[in-house]
Amino acid sequence: MIVAENLEQTYMSGGRPLTVLRDISLAVEPQGFVAIVGPSGSGKTTLLGLLAGLDRPTRGSVRLDGQELGGLSEDERARIRAEKVGFVFQTFQLIPTLTALENVLVPVELHPAAGHGAAADRRARELLGRVGLAERVHHYPAQLSGGEQQRVALARAFANQPKILFADEPTGNLDAETGGAVIDLLIALNQEAATTLVLVTHDQQLARNAHRIVRLSGGRIVPNSETARS
Amino acid sequence: MTHGFVLAMAVREARSGRKQIGLYSGAIALGVAALVAIISFRADVAAAIHQQARGLLGADMELRSSRPFPEPVQAVLDSLEGSGTAVSYITSFTSMVLAPRTGRTRLVDVRAVAGEYPYYGTIETHPAGRWGVLRAAGRLVLADPSGLVYLDAGVGDTLRIGDADFVVAAALERIPGEVGIQAAIGPRVYIPAAHLQETNLLRFGSRARYAAYLNLGDGAAASAFIEEYEDLLEEARVRAATAADREESLAEYSDALGRFLGLVGLMALLLGGVATASAVNVYVKRKLNTVAVLRCLGASQRTVFAVYLLQAVLIGLAGSAIGIAIGLLVERSLPGLLADFLPLEVGTSIRPGPVLAGLGLGLWVALAFGVLPLLTIRGVAPLRALRRGFDAPARRIDVWRVATYAVLGLTVLGLCLSQAPVPAAGLAFAIAITVTMCALWVTAWALMRATHRFFPRRAPYVVRQGVANLFRPHNQTVSVTLTVGFGVFLLGSLDVVQRNILDQLAFDMRTDRPNLVVFDVQPDQVAGVERLLRIHADTSLAPVPMVPSRIAAINERSVDSLLRDTTGQRPSRWALRREYRNTYRDTVVNSETVVAGEWWHRPTPTVQPDVVRISIEESLAEELRVDLGDHITWDVQGVTVESEIASVRTVDWARFEPNFFVVFEPGALEQAPQTFVMLTHVGDLEANMTLQRELVVNHPNVSVVDLRLVQETIDTVVQSVTLAVRVMALFSIVCGIAVLIAAVATSRYERLRENVLLKTLGAETRQVVRILGVEYLALGSLAAVSGIVLAGIAGWAATRFLFDLRFSLPLLPLAVLGVGACALTTIIGFWGGRDLANRPPLAMLREIAE
Repeated sequence: MIVAENLEQTYMSGGRPLTVLRDISLAVEPQGFVAIVGPSGSGKTTLLGLLAGLDRPTRGSVRLDGQELGGLSEDERARIRAEKVGFVFQTFQLIPTLTALENVLVPVELHPAAGHGAAADRRARELLGRVGLAERVHHYPAQLSGGEQQRVALARAFANQPKILFADEPTGNLDAETGGAVIDLLIALNQEAATTLVLVTHDQQLARNAHRIVRLSGGRIVPNSETARS
Repeated sequence: MTHGFVLAMAVREARSGRKQIGLYSGAIALGVAALVAIISFRADVAAAIHQQARGLLGADMELRSSRPFPEPVQAVLDSLEGSGTAVSYITSFTSMVLAPRTGRTRLVDVRAVAGEYPYYGTIETHPAGRWGVLRAAGRLVLADPSGLVYLDAGVGDTLRIGDADFVVAAALERIPGEVGIQAAIGPRVYIPAAHLQETNLLRFGSRARYAAYLNLGDGAAASAFIEEYEDLLEEARVRAATAADREESLAEYSDALGRFLGLVGLMALLLGGVATASAVNVYVKRKLNTVAVLRCLGASQRTVFAVYLLQAVLIGLAGSAIGIAIGLLVERSLPGLLADFLPLEVGTSIRPGPVLAGLGLGLWVALAFGVLPLLTIRGVAPLRALRRGFDAPARRIDVWRVATYAVLGLTVLGLCLSQAPVPAAGLAFAIAITVTMCALWVTAWALMRATHRFFPRRAPYVVRQGVANLFRPHNQTVSVTLTVGFGVFLLGSLDVVQRNILDQLAFDMRTDRPNLVVFDVQPDQVAGVERLLRIHADTSLAPVPMVPSRIAAINERSVDSLLRDTTGQRPSRWALRREYRNTYRDTVVNSETVVAGEWWHRPTPTVQPDVVRISIEESLAEELRVDLGDHITWDVQGVTVESEIASVRTVDWARFEPNFFVVFEPGALEQAPQTFVMLTHVGDLEANMTLQRELVVNHPNVSVVDLRLVQETIDTVVQSVTLAVRVMALFSIVCGIAVLIAAVATSRYERLRENVLLKTLGAETRQVVRILGVEYLALGSLAAVSGIVLAGIAGWAATRFLFDLRFSLPLLPLAVLGVGACALTTIIGFWGGRDLANRPPLAMLREIAE
């Protein structure tokens, strides 16, 4: 589903080049669940951004569902995200001016092929019901707790029936109990929808849920660090 | 692009930004309102002039002359009358009028009417329908209400004009074609021409004007008349005007008035634009995260940009609609406000043109000023959703940004040119705006450099923190300086120009200065008038002779031959043909400076030489294209006097003294027919009135100008003008405050985050508020000082070069404006930070994390 080869990412910082990722090659199977782990500053989030097509690598290539991202324009990559990708962020990233229902509807409205009109609305409500927020559909993010906000974000991530889901420290802003509930929900939804899942976390406990763990350190994959779960 | 998404998202997003949107559409609405009011009003006036054109002249044709109509012209008029064309005559002159019952006197504009004038339109009187009494044989008079009020007289009272008494039959309500303010300058008094002779006022030296009004049936006949008699009228120095001419000149006058107000309205619109840009900037900054999330979720650059552009358009339309409604309401009040300056009754109506113009202007402001900050949205990287503060590397040259600036600049220039009374003024206005913007930007940049360089390291923490905010990343120094400075500049320059114009009109009312001018004094009356002055007045100046003369030839070329010459640059027609009132004396007076040649300091020759020396005023010398040594031949009441230019003078016309274009050396004109002007000061009001009464009773032909009255009149006129300007300026002021709020709101969002952190880290509310205070005080004072300096420069340039007046800097009002703007900036800054005082940091941390 995702194939990354020889990825390198360099930013200019204070007028000097700073390489944050180098020699990253990685493949994720369809319906696979890969956890990328590593300490802060190891390049996890940068790698996630490159795999999801949010940024272009300085060197190397990324293929997403058979499509090479390197030659695509920003808008072409946006179209692929709208069709195939879902996101869950550490800081939830709900749009504060939209209600829970409207937030869930955004990916559908951006990609009408995923459904529209009453059908889309019904699906969004179903998803919100699935994450236990059937009663909160018209609430604004500010009126929801952190855990509830992340559950809305989960519903939004699955709204356009994506093939791949990227989750960036989805429990990073939540307490252990709420985080546990959110991760259970994420895994359950992932299994139901048969989605490929790439999870970035520094939480080893959380990573154990994945089929495979990739460890990053200093911008490189730690050799022989990949562990697979049967 | 998914249109449904764009529309749905735009509407949903707009729900949240009510404050910014309110500010944004409000600023647009005010600017649009000001211009819609002016544009509609201009259309109303143009329509009224067109509809009432013939009524404005009262006839198809008007002939005017400063002398009784010469024989050939009178013969034409007589023959027309003989063939059935109705002709009316009006002879007018200024004179004193006395109300015997109250003993009060007033200088008035007497008009003696003969005939059926007006043939079109009606002259309204109170009691109504009394105009016709002038055609009856009675000694009746119709007078302007302002004159009657001053004389403390009413209908039925007697007014003495010269040697004749007239009974007031009615007050004049409205005379078509004349602006009402004329009544304040010289109240009009109409009498039947049959009784004109009995006044004994048309003596030598009194400046009478003669007019004939022809009822030719239609405009075509008027044109035919002019074509037929053009040469004859030219020869006789009789000016002819048709109803169409009058319509044209009134339209020009009204258009100039409307355009001046339009320029003031344009200021409001531009300030609205600046407020819009600031408000959109704040809005966009708050939305960057949402934009990044939308981009993450697969929205294209175009889609996201379209979401916010559509909001701009919708808000622009809403602002326009509100603006149009307010503008049409203001339009209804303008005829009332400007009634004294309008030569006719103006009705208001809703016209599609101004409404569409308002809609267009509102959209233009929303787009031209709103798009600049919106362009930032295109550069938001989706990665920002993962990493707060991540910015995509800036493009070196953003073609869209350059194009937007170009469109903005060109459209502002176009608007300035379309609204200005003359293209040069529009261009000057546009250049002033551009220079000001650049200067403010440079000032802001220099301030940032300077505070960084000379940072007050030893100052208390709150001062250091506040000052550091001026140059740290995400500082608002440039945006606040630009917006507040620009607002102060616009209001300041308007005020500087207005005050300078008013200053020129103010007389020197010190006790040692003359406050009463007695003119038209005949040589045999000088002694009598002097005796009265000695009794009632405090001080008097020596009588100044005035000798009416015309130019007959220059350097032995007759005026007619000069006028016929079409080759090269000939002297101006006006200067060649006018009647001069020259004087003679042996000294240079205070208001004059000799700039070329020499004054005649030698003793006056006892024998009149063949050629007398004269001193000519500089601008007249330019008009006549003459210089030192040139000869001018004068026609002094039929006697030819040869003169040579011995010196050129500049004259300060603003000084209230008898000033002259041409001064003769003594010895040449003493025997010529002449009148005298006498200046005097009478401090006591009672003595003043007694003196005026005695003068009128003993010397009915003598006129008296009371400077106190003139000053009051000027004040009335100026107040009416400034009221209209101020109504328009009010829009600018409210827009200016909107700009201020928008500018401060811009920085508020930036400061909120770090102040919440400071508070979380243990800073007391008092400390945080003080930091805010230092920052806004510094920003406010810098912006205010920059704006004021620039306003002073622009005001000086406009006063000196546009209005051609002396300049003085009104320091106090500018200081008040500056302190006000600075205080307002600080207050609004505090107001923006008020949340800090009464909300717990946690709630705010959550809010700003969103």
